[in-house]
Parts: sequence; structure tokens; C-alpha cells
Amino acid sequence: MRLVSAENLSKTYLLGEVEVRALREVSFSIEEGSLVSFVGPSGSGKTTLLNLIGCLDRPSGGTISVAGENPAAMSRMEKARFRGDNIGFIFQNFNLIPVLTVYENVEYPLVMVQSVAAAERRRRVGELLDAVGMTEHRDKRPDQLSGGQKQRAAIARALVAGPKLVLADEPTANLDHATAATIMSAMRDMTARLGTTFVFSTHDPRVIGEADVVHTLEDGALVASRKGGE
Amino acid sequence: MGNVFRIGARNLLRYKRRTALTVALIAVGVVFYLVFSAVSGSFKNMMVGNITDSFLGHLQVHRRGYLAAIENLPLHLNMQPGQTKKLEEALLSTEGIEAFSPRLKFGAAFSNFEETTNIRVNGVDPGKEFRTCPLLLSRIVSGSKDPGVLGRGSILVPVLIARGMGVKVGDTVVLVATNRDGSVNGKTFVVAGILESATGPGGRDGYVHIEDAREILRITGEEASEYAVRVARFDRIDAVRDRLEANLSDLKTKDGSPALMANTWQKLSPFSNIARMIDALSFFIRILLITVVLISILSVMIMAVYERVREIGTIAAIGTLPRRILSLFLAEGLLLGVTGAAAGSLVGAAVIAILNAAKIPFAFGQQDNLLLAPVIDGPEMLTTAALVIVVAVVASLQPAWKASRMEPIEALGHV
Ligand SMILES: Nc1ncnc2c1ncn2[C@@H]1O[C@H](COP(=O)(O)OP(=O)(O)OP(=O)(O)O)[C@@H](O)[C@H]1O
Ligand SMILES: [Mg+2]
Repeated sequence: MRLVSAENLSKTYLLGEVEVRALREVSFSIEEGSLVSFVGPSGSGKTTLLNLIGCLDRPSGGTISVAGENPAAMSRMEKARFRGDNIGFIFQNFNLIPVLTVYENVEYPLVMVQSVAAAERRRRVGELLDAVGMTEHRDKRPDQLSGGQKQRAAIARALVAGPKLVLADEPTANLDHATAATIMSAMRDMTARLGTTFVFSTHDPRVIGEADVVHTLEDGALVASRKGGE
Repeated sequence: MGNVFRIGARNLLRYKRRTALTVALIAVGVVFYLVFSAVSGSFKNMMVGNITDSFLGHLQVHRRGYLAAIENLPLHLNMQPGQTKKLEEALLSTEGIEAFSPRLKFGAAFSNFEETTNIRVNGVDPGKEFRTCPLLLSRIVSGSKDPGVLGRGSILVPVLIARGMGVKVGDTVVLVATNRDGSVNGKTFVVAGILESATGPGGRDGYVHIEDAREILRITGEEASEYAVRVARFDRIDAVRDRLEANLSDLKTKDGSPALMANTWQKLSPFSNIARMIDALSFFIRILLITVVLISILSVMIMAVYERVREIGTIAAIGTLPRRILSLFLAEGLLLGVTGAAAGSLVGAAVIAILNAAKIPFAFGQQDNLLLAPVIDGPEMLTTAALVIVVAVVASLQPAWKASRMEPIEALGHV
């Protein structure tokens, strides 16, 4: 099953008079349950592409479908609903909500995005905190956590609502290598266990190897795609 | 919903000093308004009570045209016996009237056998008059304050005239008046008391028994220039006037318009302008309060949105609907408003209680023993609090709307 398919996807930014072609007719597809990474130098278009897959931005040309839906045909509100129901996000800077505890941050999508009953909420949040090894820190605020702990809380938040697709833009960029490795294997475990499709961007060669499929971007164009371990 | 408020409260606590400052500013505004309103209201009530209870009465009934010519005290515009009979029936049957007093008013020459001056004389039935204007007796500065003071042949002289003419209690004086036919008649009176001047147009008014007044003016029937009326509940005064006028509606002039007019004290005293000014000032301070709340909440919420652009981007990206984001910020404004209003109301009530306990004296007119008794009623306090809360929410609308309309991708890119 294809979860994402992109066809001649382009994105052009206008910087005053200058056109910046961030993506040039990129075509690819992502299979359900796979672990996919986009790699490439800075400015090659990774973030731009992830934003398109995440229905956060509109392409300038070409088409993309996510979970069988065409985001271009959705209203602002429909897109917000669609993201809430189908996509989990992990941000480079973790982006936890500073006034909420770890537990409340993980619970947030179940309360403020969906409305899951209290008992079910407790069960799912507890399970995920366990899975990412954050149970003992559940009552801490984000500013009381290390980078790796923050990212683990962020992973739990991205997964708690059971999304089909999790997107992570350079999830390990702000972490040391050892932490990055544990985060990646945690991610691998979780997605394997839940059957979640996981797409991330990176230019860290040590985490590239974790992916099933690696797409390489250069200057906005897709220059290579290979299966992991090849 | 509870979560929205929980997050709102946490965000407010994040900047404790700023939140405390905003709440304090709102609270100070509320306190200021409540205390001003209570003190000015107390002053106004006392002033109005003083005027109405010492000479004016709450309502007055005159024949049409009398008020316009009242400076001349025109005898030909007096209510005729048939009219006063009907009027008394109407007064007795109108709900909410506590007392009334007929007055026969005329201008006279006042003489101490050496000098003569002008005086305005009110012929009254003492029992009725003292019930309608209960403070009148307390204005007697020299002489008995007993209700029996104004018997036949007695006169209460305003202090202005007594001083000018060198008249004391017990002296004999003469009143000479021209009656309606133009003939002149006089009568001697014994000064029973000196009246301190009330503030306003009662300063040159003397009082005699209504029978003596009829005698001087050679009037035989129950004629009267005005009826002063005391209502049971001062705040219902307009309703009583309307009911009374309705009961009087079958008394018509030849051209078919009502023959008798009832007017409230506002229409009769220039002090109603001061009362209105106090109300206007109070209104102005209310506007000031609204402005303070509006500006302080608006600036705080604009800042809150600006500081949290990335957070807004994050929650929008993960699927929080725009209206949820809107409600998150509205909740913050609401909480600020509620806290400020509550704190202000509590402190305001406390300040008012302290002012009451301190028994601060002030002077009005000749009375220098009045005590400031500021009161604020529950409804007034509640409307003020509600106003503050509504304004707080309204002030948060624009920033909250802005937050809810942010594009997640742009907000996330914001550092
Ligand atoms: N909002 C924007 N306006 C104009 N140009 C943009 C905008 N966002 C990205 N670009 C440009 O598009 C190109 C691709 O940017 P993008 O952020 O996707 O690269 P990236 O691969 O994520 O880089 P990095 O590894 O540094 O994050 C770059 O040339 C960038 O300058
Ligand atoms: Mg990037």
C-alpha cells in the first residue's frame, strides 16, 4: 500500500524578484510501514519536502497524495483535522509546550486535537511514556529535561494519537551521537510495533543507515533513491 | 474546556510579574470606580435628601403655568377648591405616597415696625408639612423644634431676614400682602423660630399656618399654590409621579390639557444639575475603567501572542483547530479579567467598608455634621465586574484571532 505518492512535485519561493526553486519536479512514493529518510546538503529542499508531505504547505507544481487524500483540495480547517488524525510531527527543536508537563504534553493531542475519553487517555499516554522510557520524568516540565529526554517526549506525543505517518525534520540534529542512536532505535522499535510509517530528514550519516529507503536530494532535485543497507 | 483554562492559567503564571501587574491595574481601576461611585452616590443622596426633606418635598403638584411664574408667586394661578379636593382624592388613592402637604404661597412685606423687607411666605398645615419635609424642623436654629411650634399667629422666619431685620424669637412682626383683588391686608405674628437657610431657593422662605395665610389673603375655600408630596420609596419617584398624573388626568383645562402638573425634585431644583454632573462624572470614570482594561489586556495579549508564535505554530501543525487556538487566548484574557474584577471588587468593598467605619464628616449647606456613608449595591458591583470581564474578552479577541489565523509553517519558522 502506498501511503504517500508525489508526482513532479515543485516548490518555488519568491524572494523579492528572485525565484528560489526549492524543489524541482520530485517524484517518489512511500510504502506504508516503511522507514524512509531524505538526505542531502543544507538547502537541498528536505524541509520543504517534509512540509509538503505534512500538508503544511502547498506545492507550486505537481501533485501529492497522502493517505489517499489530496491536500490541495482541502480547506485550512480540513487540513488541520487531517493532520491531527493522520500525521504525527517531531520537530528539530522538540517544540514541547513549555507550560505543560511531559505527561500533559504527550496527552495534548488526545485532549486538544481529538477528544479521547479520560481512561483511554491515561492508558495510551502511560503506554507511550513507558515505551520511550520517560515514565519517571512524567511530571517534569520541558525545561527540566535533557535534549534526549525532550525528544523522547516529543516522539511519544507524535505517536500517541496513533497516526499513519510520522514526520521528523532532522530529529537528531540537536542531540549527541549516542543519544541520537538511542532515539533512532526507539523510533525504529515504535514504528515497527505500531506499523507506523516514519519519514525523516537528516544529514547525519550515522542515522541514515537506520532507514529502509534513502532518498537523496541535491539542489531541490531527487538524485538517488536506494534501499537501506545497499 | 477545562483544559483550555488550565493551559491559559499556566501561561499566565509563566510571566508572574506581568500578570500580577495587569491584574493589579485592572483591580485598581475597579476599586477607583467603585469607591468613586459609592462616595459620590452617598454625597448625591445626602444632598438630594437634604433638599427634598428640608423644603422641597419629593414631588410637587401645581396648576399648569404656576411653575413658569413661580418667582412672582401668582395668586391667580392657585389651585381652586374644586381642584384641591380632587387632587387630595388622587393623592390618597395613588399608591406609593407617604405624605403630602398643601401650601399657600405668597409674597409679602415683612415689617418689624421700623423697617420693611420682602418675604416669601408659605402657609402650611404644620402636621402635614412636617411629615412631608421631615428635616424642616431641624432647620430651626433658634426656638422650639417641637412640631407644635407653628401654631396660629406664629411665624418661622428665615435667618437671612431675621439677621437683617434684627428679629429674635418672641418678637412681634407684621406681614402685609396684596390679595387677588388688589386690596392690601396685614396681620401681626409672633416669631416662633428662626430657620437656617437651606441650600437652594428656600433661603427667603418663611412659614405661617395655612389658616393665617388664608386670613391675610382673604381666601375662604381650600385654595393652594402647591402640594408637596413625599413618596414612600425615593427610587420609585418617577413611577409615583406617572401614577399620580394618570389619576389627575380627568382634571382638564378648557382647551383639554391637564390642569394640574406633578413634577419631581429634579425639575424643581437646580441641584438636579449637580446630581446629573455627578452621574456624568461617574459615567466618565466608567469609560476610563473600560479604557484601562482594554489597553492593558490588549497589550498583554498582543505580547503573549507575539512571544508564543512558535508554540502556536507547533500546536497548529499537530492539528489544533483554529477555534481551539482562539479559545486558548480568549481564556487567558477572560482569566485576567475575572481575576482583576474579583480582586478589584473585594478591595473596593473593603475600602468602602473602611470609609464607612471611619465616619468621615463633611458639610453641605448649613449642615456640617453629615457623615459620609458610601454604599455600593450588589447589582452595581456585579455589573461593573461583568463589564470588566466582557471588555477583557473583547480586548483579547483581536490577538486571539490573529493567533488562530497563523499559518503553522510560517509560525514554526519564527524564532
Ligand atoms: N520561506 C522561504 N522563502 C524563501 N526561500 C526559502 C524558504 N524556505 C526555504 N527556502 C529556500 O529553499 C531552499 C530549500 O530549503 P530547505 O529549508 O527545504 O532546505 P533543507 O534541505 O531543509 O536545508 P537544511 O538542511 O539547512 O535544513 C533553500 O535554498 C532555502 O533558502
Ligand atoms: Mg531543513
